[in-house]
Order: sequence, then structure tokens, then C-alpha cells
Amino acid sequence: MRPFDYQRAEDTAAARTASRAGATILAGGTNLLDLMKLEVMAPERVVDISRLGLNRITEKDGGLHIGATVTNSDLAADMRIRRDYPVLSRALLAGASGQLRNKATTGGNLLQRTRCPYFYDTGTACNKRTPGEGCAAIGGELRNHAILGTSEHCVALHPSDMAVAMRALDAMVEVEGEDGTRREVALDDFYRLPGDRPDIETTLAPGDLITGVTLPAPLEGRQQYRKVRDRASYAFALVSIAAIVRMEDGRIADATLAFGGIGTRPWRDPEMETLLKGERPSAALFAKAADVLMRHAAVHPGLEFKLTLVTRLLSATLEEMTE
Amino acid sequence: MTLDLKIDNPDPSHRPDDLAQGVLGTETDRPDGWAKVAGSATYAAEETVGDLLHGVLVRAPGIGAVTCPNLSDVRAMPGVRAVLRDDRLIRNAAQGMADEAPVQGADAADYVGQPIALVVAESFEQARHAAQVLDVVIQTKDAPTDPSAVDPEVPDDKQSAMGDLDAAMAEAAVTVDAIYTTPSMSSAAMEPHAATAQWDGDTLTLRGSLQMLKFNRNELADSIGLPPEKVRIMAPFVGGGFGSKLGISADCVAAALAAMELGQPVRVVQHRRNVFEVNTRRSETRQHIRLAADADGRLTGLGHDALVSNLPEERFSEPVVQGSHFAYAAANRKLGVQIARIHRPASGSVRAPGESVGVTAFELAMDELADKAGIDPVELRLRNIPEKDPESGKPFSSHRLKEALTQGAEAFGWSARTAAPRQRKEGEWWIGTGMAAAFRVNMVIEAEARISLRQDGAVVRSDMTDIGTGSYAIFGQIAGELLGLSPDRVSVELGDTDYPPGSGSGGSFGAASTGTAVWLAGMEIRRQLAERLGCDETELTLKDGLAIFSNRRVPLEELLCDGPIDGHGHVQPGDASEKVRQATFGAHFAEVAVNGVTGEVRVRRMLGSFAAGRILNPRTARSQCHGGMIWGIGMALTEELTHDRRDGHAVNRDLAGYHLPVNADVPPLDVLFVEERDDWAGPMQAKGIGELGICGAGAAILNAVYNASGARVRDLPATPDRVIATLPD
Amino acid sequence: MKTTLTVNGRPHTLDLDPRVTLLDALRDHLHLTGSKKGCDHGQCGACTVLVDGRRINACLSLAVAHDGDDITTVEGLSEDGKSPLQTAFVRNDGMQCGYCTPGQLCSATAVLREVEAGWPSHVSETLEGPATLTRDELAERMSGNICRCSCYPGINAAILEIAEESTDYAEAAE
Repeated sequence: MRPFDYQRAEDTAAARTASRAGATILAGGTNLLDLMKLEVMAPERVVDISRLGLNRITEKDGGLHIGATVTNSDLAADMRIRRDYPVLSRALLAGASGQLRNKATTGGNLLQRTRCPYFYDTGTACNKRTPGEGCAAIGGELRNHAILGTSEHCVALHPSDMAVAMRALDAMVEVEGEDGTRREVALDDFYRLPGDRPDIETTLAPGDLITGVTLPAPLEGRQQYRKVRDRASYAFALVSIAAIVRMEDGRIADATLAFGGIGTRPWRDPEMETLLKGERPSAALFAKAADVLMRHAAVHPGLEFKLTLVTRLLSATLEEMTE
Repeated sequence: MTLDLKIDNPDPSHRPDDLAQGVLGTETDRPDGWAKVAGSATYAAEETVGDLLHGVLVRAPGIGAVTCPNLSDVRAMPGVRAVLRDDRLIRNAAQGMADEAPVQGADAADYVGQPIALVVAESFEQARHAAQVLDVVIQTKDAPTDPSAVDPEVPDDKQSAMGDLDAAMAEAAVTVDAIYTTPSMSSAAMEPHAATAQWDGDTLTLRGSLQMLKFNRNELADSIGLPPEKVRIMAPFVGGGFGSKLGISADCVAAALAAMELGQPVRVVQHRRNVFEVNTRRSETRQHIRLAADADGRLTGLGHDALVSNLPEERFSEPVVQGSHFAYAAANRKLGVQIARIHRPASGSVRAPGESVGVTAFELAMDELADKAGIDPVELRLRNIPEKDPESGKPFSSHRLKEALTQGAEAFGWSARTAAPRQRKEGEWWIGTGMAAAFRVNMVIEAEARISLRQDGAVVRSDMTDIGTGSYAIFGQIAGELLGLSPDRVSVELGDTDYPPGSGSGGSFGAASTGTAVWLAGMEIRRQLAERLGCDETELTLKDGLAIFSNRRVPLEELLCDGPIDGHGHVQPGDASEKVRQATFGAHFAEVAVNGVTGEVRVRRMLGSFAAGRILNPRTARSQCHGGMIWGIGMALTEELTHDRRDGHAVNRDLAGYHLPVNADVPPLDVLFVEERDDWAGPMQAKGIGELGICGAGAAILNAVYNASGARVRDLPATPDRVIATLPD
Repeated sequence: MKTTLTVNGRPHTLDLDPRVTLLDALRDHLHLTGSKKGCDHGQCGACTVLVDGRRINACLSLAVAHDGDDITTVEGLSEDGKSPLQTAFVRNDGMQCGYCTPGQLCSATAVLREVEAGWPSHVSETLEGPATLTRDELAERMSGNICRCSCYPGINAAILEIAEESTDYAEAAE
């Protein structure tokens, strides 16, 4: 870990100023410290926002506003989340461990970095660490890697469970800009695809501070989060699905589906959702939906199983939710 | 006085049954448990030492000659006291019982991850950063890292054949001929290897996380160029070992060299990522298994050929077929191990080397045979129990496989099973059961221990370690039983080379080897007490602090008023192993659920029945068996150390990527001990139990996966992707 | 940086390099080595301590960020190291090598409170509660504490024993 200056921000303005000057923002630290210890990230300045009072969940426009430093535990246990946004509670509880959820924050979880082992290994090349260095993962051992949204420079997967559920819920990221004005950014606009700059993962600018996440009014329909992983708990997803499905007269009125474990960012495919809308559920329809979802998949050796797994999981999830 | 025993012959006296205290064989608490729950048990990196410096190992990111162009810059960094590029640094941990230095050198790396420098600084944070700044440049050498891409060594002494297996296969009514693979695995003990070294100008004192101190002392002394008597190693608490701490490790040698150079205490703790690389892994295996049987399932031939790997100059090779030599009768046999010399991290002993992976694969094949022959898997094993060692013709010292199979089957409810796969489904989950037999060689190695009987109780001392196995508990029970003391009046002091050399912990031989030395030491004290009372030792009863002979009852305090009585015990293996084949046996039963959609497997319950001679403490023995069975869950379902196909480096070298079973992976487990007294196992008739539980456990689970879902997974572990790939449509 | 940590009820003021983790502050600066370093990356749970009553991985936390916080380590779980939970671990052989044990104990202490507070888990049938500590619930909630010796059966038996006792007390009090 490189020596750094530690500063505890007194207010969001101080945090923004520090961020503008190049400081890295520390909230829960469960991923940042992990990476700093290996010098995968090596900030010279760290600004701690954990005591800015951004840890409240409040009602807003029929939905909820979640402060950036609300912990994953508090969010999952909040009765309003459990009742009205169960997919989010389930996704949070499927992630990490009880200890980590007590520390990890909402904003931090959105910004969590990939778990690609080559990204973590400073002895190998990684374009996400050092743009232009090359990618040791491609041609290496792939498992927790993406098949959608990848580029020739990067196949790193977004590892979050929480963000997948938020993607399904159309959550908006609340950002306080350099000048102090707040704006809301849809997750679709928040996460970048890697392209030729996999090191730049979001559209946040220097000086921007995530202050919270807004959930729109609860959606009608059933909600579910399914996650497949290599052991029963405390492991990242091989594939996960956040699903919100509303039926009407035996037809799918709405199907909102977000995926983890397959994309370089929490993945949603509007074309697939449109395909499902208004249709009667059937095995053929679900298979077609999977084909649409996978139409742009770039499958490197070792990741072929994800095609099968996501297809099976999608069909089973839709079958169960459209019963 | 020393009581010596060489195990040449059976001992039918069953003396433990005559003794009066009644503590041996009972469920006794671990006396060390209280320090462990209070947080006061101090491990290798935890002794408070003044002026402590901190060392961090630097790894080679490639294979080939190593240079560090910015060495002098790093030496000038804040707090940095030294950067050692000493050619006495060791390449990898020594193999178990090596008794000498392993391969040394820092100028070139033989594998990715080899430690090539130690950075020492005043604080851990300074040392860690300086180690990261140190630039390690590799002049890359072409080195093979894929075991299937080299011509393997075929050592003569690792090949054996009887009869004509090819002919047996051709003529058999039923055959199995299949390839099974297991990946590299890691011991992954919870305490990372660590050492604190102090040099007083003459003598080196090292607190280490090590399993076999008498060997480790010689290995360390040889590595750093000191006479062994100038080296003292202490390891009173060891946070797990499972083979990875058998030999001296890189942290110990580096800490010792730095302490000698700087004249100040130095601590080196391996980062968890180092742990996967610089110690020894369990080799990946490729196992070709052939079974030939008649229509009744009686084996006429068996073949077990394995390919394993190791670095050049390592003498160890995973003894994959060790259990297959004696497990089943068959007239035509071919067994062999081949070794690929490649440049992956070194391989070595990991819990039950040989049988853990060898029996597991073989028991998968036996299940395939049972399925093909239409014979119940338990019955198939029963039909193939050999009457004597199938290769040497020696008698078995004791053989309780039949009892383990039948008692285990009964307790598990095996008879309720449906033989055909895919018969029971709950929602998305297929439910089924499977079983496997367990085999493990039994060993005794030389060990010494001393007991001092004083008025306030007894003190047992040996350099033996307790790596979680229960040595502290068992030795207290043995001494208490012999000397008529409750275990709380016996203090056990272990893990210090100043004490008599025990066996060390490894190969399941600790309890039976050092335990027998403790027994002999206690027996020697009984002899001296009897002499004082003027009776024969066998006529003496010691119970609750009283010596009872005829109608005399004398408090021990009275007999000890002139001072303590010391007894020294010394056991050595004799020619028993030339006269009989000795092993431990068991059976595993598992019920699993297999998700028909996702391929996830959940173990729903497991039962293991084990015969390992007299069980000295059922509570600690049961915990050992639980451990083995859960390792079986890991082997079957989750554990795989992945090597990069280009340079062999361990890719997933952390505990997020290397999946140890977590609490939620583990169902209720039952353990059943089969009554056994093996007279060839020394005066206590006790054999090793620490490894038997893993041998075959994974096979029971995977056989249950087949019974549940029809998915026959031959490449371990059965992760969801592999299960889906083999699930019938 | 000057940092004050209240550990097991006693305040300590330390002058720390900002890089020092809470775990290293406890182990190396306060010589409270009960909290263990198994991976240093939040992947094993051996370092679990309670901060203001909640369990966290002390390895993934900067000590300076905990200025003023109230920290409980295994050494502070009881005066004599023989609390009902600690005793139950010994009696049920909920340990072998003992290295993960302090983390298991701290985690278990928090799990009992989390269940009491009605927090759901990944395996809860319903999210809306109430939470009950079945074996499966316990296993899921304790899965952030890895035990390579694999003492999970003993660990779970010990915790369930304590959970049942406290439920009995609660019921008796009603």
C-alpha cells in the first residue's frame, strides 16, 4: 500500500473538492482497501465520507432515496425494501458475507471493481489497471468473466449483485457535481462499456460524488433474484438474474430482467424485454428470449458454459414467475 | 529412565482395558480450547517481541533469471532496513521429513511466484510497500508448465504388475475403463505460514508455524548454515497444517537470515497469496482406471495408472495408487505413477497424500462398475474384500472394512435407496444417495516423550505439535490413565525443540506414534512406582492420585516426597510392517440434491463409519472425521487451484477464488466408529484417524450426484458447469 | 495520525500511519492478538470484530477511520474467557487449530443479535420475518467465517445451544 494522506470529509463539498484534486473516495472500503493492499489501486489521497450522514433511507416521490453510505446490511433489512423491493433485498443478501455487508455501502457497491484475477495480479498485464498494457485474461483462464459488452481489450465482469437488482428496478444514481448541483443518472448511463479504455468504468467526472440512489415507486408484479455460484454462500455469481414480472390474463404484461455474471456491467436487454411483453409464456418463447439476449455474446474459451447456464436459468425463472 | 519399544510383534495384552482411571477413550474437552476461545493462544506471529522488524517476501512474476534493477532505491526507502537477495532463500517449502534444506537460490525462478527477495522494514506497512516497489525483471526461460505436454518420468519403483490385465479386461463380463482427473488443491490452513526469528549472536530462536519440529530444525539449520544445536524452534499453537507445514517454509528461512544479518528480531508472515504458491500444493492427477469383473462383480483385474507433476529436483510425487495396492482383491493388476517435471509451484503432501485423490477416483470407478453389473454398491465392495494383501500375500493386521460397510449402511438407511438414477425429484432438485469405501495406510514413526510425575500432578513434554488434531487432549488422557490422574492434573507442553523429539504431526501418525511414546513414559513411571512399593507393575492400580496394591492405598504425594519421578518413552517402527499389512478402513454415505436447471449440488447429509483401532478421544476423533468429510465436499464440489495455461501460475490464489467449503455447504454429518483393536498398532491398539475421513468422501458425494441426476462427473470438482455438461437431457 | 479507539471498554490513543488497518492496530499496536489475520482481504472472517456492536472484517478497515469507535474483540467477549458461548465452543469441540475461533465467536455474537433484530438472510423463506435461527439459517449467516479444519458441526451445535438457552430465558421472562 502506497503512503497516502487520509482526510475525513466534514461535508460533501469538502469531499468533492478533494475528489476534484485527485483524492479517492473511501466509504466502506471493503473493495478499495483490498485493492490498495495489492497496489492495484494506489491513491495518494483518500477522503473518507463515511460520517457525512449519507446513511439514511427516506421516502421520495412514491419511491425511496437511499443515502450513498447506507450499508448493504441496513438496506437489505429495511422493511420498506423487504416489502416493496424484495428483489433488491434478496440480491444484497445473496452477496458477500454478513461482516462485509455491514461495512459495504450503497455507493461503494455500485463502484466495486471487477474480480478478474488478472486485474488483481500486478505480475500480469491488464488494460484496466494500465491502459495499453494488454490483457492477460484473454487467452488465459476465464471463469468469472463477461461474455456481453466485452472488447478486445477487456473481458472483466461487473461483480455486483446489488447493482443487478437496481438495474432491474430502474434505480437512478444521485450525483453531486463539482459545482454542488445534484443530478440523477440512470444506471444505463452510469456504467461505460470497456471499449479501448477499460480503466474508465463510469461516466463520473473528477469532483463528482455519489450521494445516493433513488428507487422509483414500487413496480407491480412478482420479484425474484436468482444466483448460481460455485458454493452455497460467500461467492460471486456465475450467473444471476433479477426479475420483475407482471402477468395479465395469462400473458406477460411486463418482464424486467437484469443479469449478473455475464456482462461487463449489470446487464439489461430492452429488445429481449419487448419480445416477452404481451406474449403467452412458453418454453419456445423463453428460448427465443435467451437467443436474443445472447445475440451479441463474445464467448472466449472457458466461458461456453455461461451460454447454457443463463439460458437454463432464464427459462426456469420465467417459467416459475409466469405460472 | 527410558522405556524403549520397537514394534516388531503384536501386543495382545490390551493394557488400556486393565487401567483404572477411565479417561482414555472418553469424550474429554481440549485443554487448549480455553486459550483458543479466549484469544490468548499465541501463534507464530503473535509473541510480543521488542524491536521487531517486519519482513515481506517478494515473488517472481515469471520463470527465468531474476534481476532487481532498483534494488538500491528500495533499500533507501523510508524505514527499509534490508532487501535480502540471499542465495540461501529457499525455492519452496521442504517436503515432509526431508531433514535437510530444500532447493535454494534467488537468482532464478523455477516457477511463477517463487520468493526471490525479502524486504525488511521497521513497520509492516513500510515493508509491504517497499516489496511492491521492488522491480523484479525476469529473463524469461522456456519452461514446460503443462503436465500433459511433457514426456513423464516412469520410475521403476512406482510401477507394479501381476498377471495379465489386458487379457482380464478382454475376457471380463463387465468392465470399466475411464479417465478421472483431479485439479491442484491447496491445504489453505487458516493461519498463513509465519515466523518470528531472534538471533542472540550464537543461537537462533524461531517461532514458526510448523508441523514436524525435529525435522524442521535440521532443515532450517542446513538452510542457513548453522549447526542444529544452535537452532531452537517453538510452535505451541499451529493454525492448521494439513501437510503444508511439514517442511521448513520460505518465511522461516528468510526471517532467520534477516535476524542474523540485522541482529534484531524479524517477523515474516506469508501473504495469503504467497501461501498458494511458495508452499506445496496437492498435485493435479490424471487417473486411468480399469476394472474387469465377472458377472457377479468379482474383480478379475484392476488397473490404476496416474500422472502427477512436480518441480525438478523434488523427491515427492503424489502416491496416487497407494490405496489401490491393497483395497481390493484381483488376480490381474497393473498400477503405476508417472511424474511430469514441470514448472508449476511445487507439489507435496496435502491431507492423506495418495488416497485422498486415488481412493476417490477409484471409488468413482467402482460405482460405475456396480451400475453396469447391476449390483448394489455396498455389496460390490463386500464381494471384493481381499483375505490377505493382494500383492504381497501378507496378512492384514486387522481388517474391518466389512463392518464399516454394513454398520454404515444400516445407520444411514442405505436399503431404502433406489438403484436407478433420476427417480426422486423435489421441485428443481434431483435427490439421490451414494457411497464409497475408505482406505488409508497406517504408519508409526519414531517418537520420544517425557513425563515428570510431581506431587502436584504430571507434566508431559515433547516437541510434538498440535495442529488442531487434539494432541494436547490425548496426551493428557494417556498420561492420566496410566498414572491415575484426572486430565486436569496433567499439563501437556508441546511444540518446543528443547523437549524430547516426538513424531511431529503428519500422516495421521501423531497420536499413535507420540502417543505411544507418552504411554511408554507413563509405563516407565509405573514401573518405578511399583518398585518403590515392592510389587509388579501389573499388580499396581493407580487411580485418583492413589497407588493401590494388594490392600495398601498410598497417596502419590507420599511416594513423591523425595522428588518427582521421570519417565522417558521412545517408540520406533520395527519389522511389523514386513510381517503384516496395516491400514485403516471406512465407508462414506451421502445424500445429495442436484439442481436440474443450474447444476448446483447440495449435500443433504453424510455418514462416515471408520475403523481406526482404539479411539483415544471420540470427541476429537469425530472432529477429525468431520474435517476429512468436509474436505471431501470441497474436493467433490468446490476446490480447484487453476494454473494459467501459459506460465503455470496459480491464477485464483486467494480465498475468494479458491473455494473452500463454507458453513452453508456442510450438512449434518454423522460419524460412527467401528470397534477395533489392532494388536499390531502398539500397546494402545490405536491407529491414525486424521486422514481416513477424506479418503473416498468425495466419491460418495459424486456417486450420489449420479444416483440423483444421472450426471457422471469424472473431472473434479463437480461445479455447476460440469454437472450441466453431463446431465442427461 | 492520532486515533482513539475504545477497545473492550478501554480507550487507547495511538499515533498511526494511515495505512494501518484496524486489525493490525489491534494485533501489533495494542498486542491484542486474539483477532486473527487469515487472508487480510475479507475473504475468510478470521479477523471479525464488533464495531459499535456490529461485526465487520477488521482487515478491510483503516484504524484511523475508526477514531472514536467502540470495538469489541474476542478478548472482550467475557472477563474470564468462559462466557456461555465460549464454554459451548469448548464443550462441543467447535474448534481444532483455533485460528478461526475468535472470528467465529465474534461473528456468532453478532448473528444472535441480528436474528433478534429480525434481519432476514439469503435462506429465509420470507423477507418479512420474523427471523428464526434454524440450522440452515445459522449456517448461511456464519458462512463469512471459514474454518479449514472444518469444525462447522461443532461450531453450529455450540451456537444453537446458546440460542436455545437465550430463547428459553426470553420465554421464561415473558
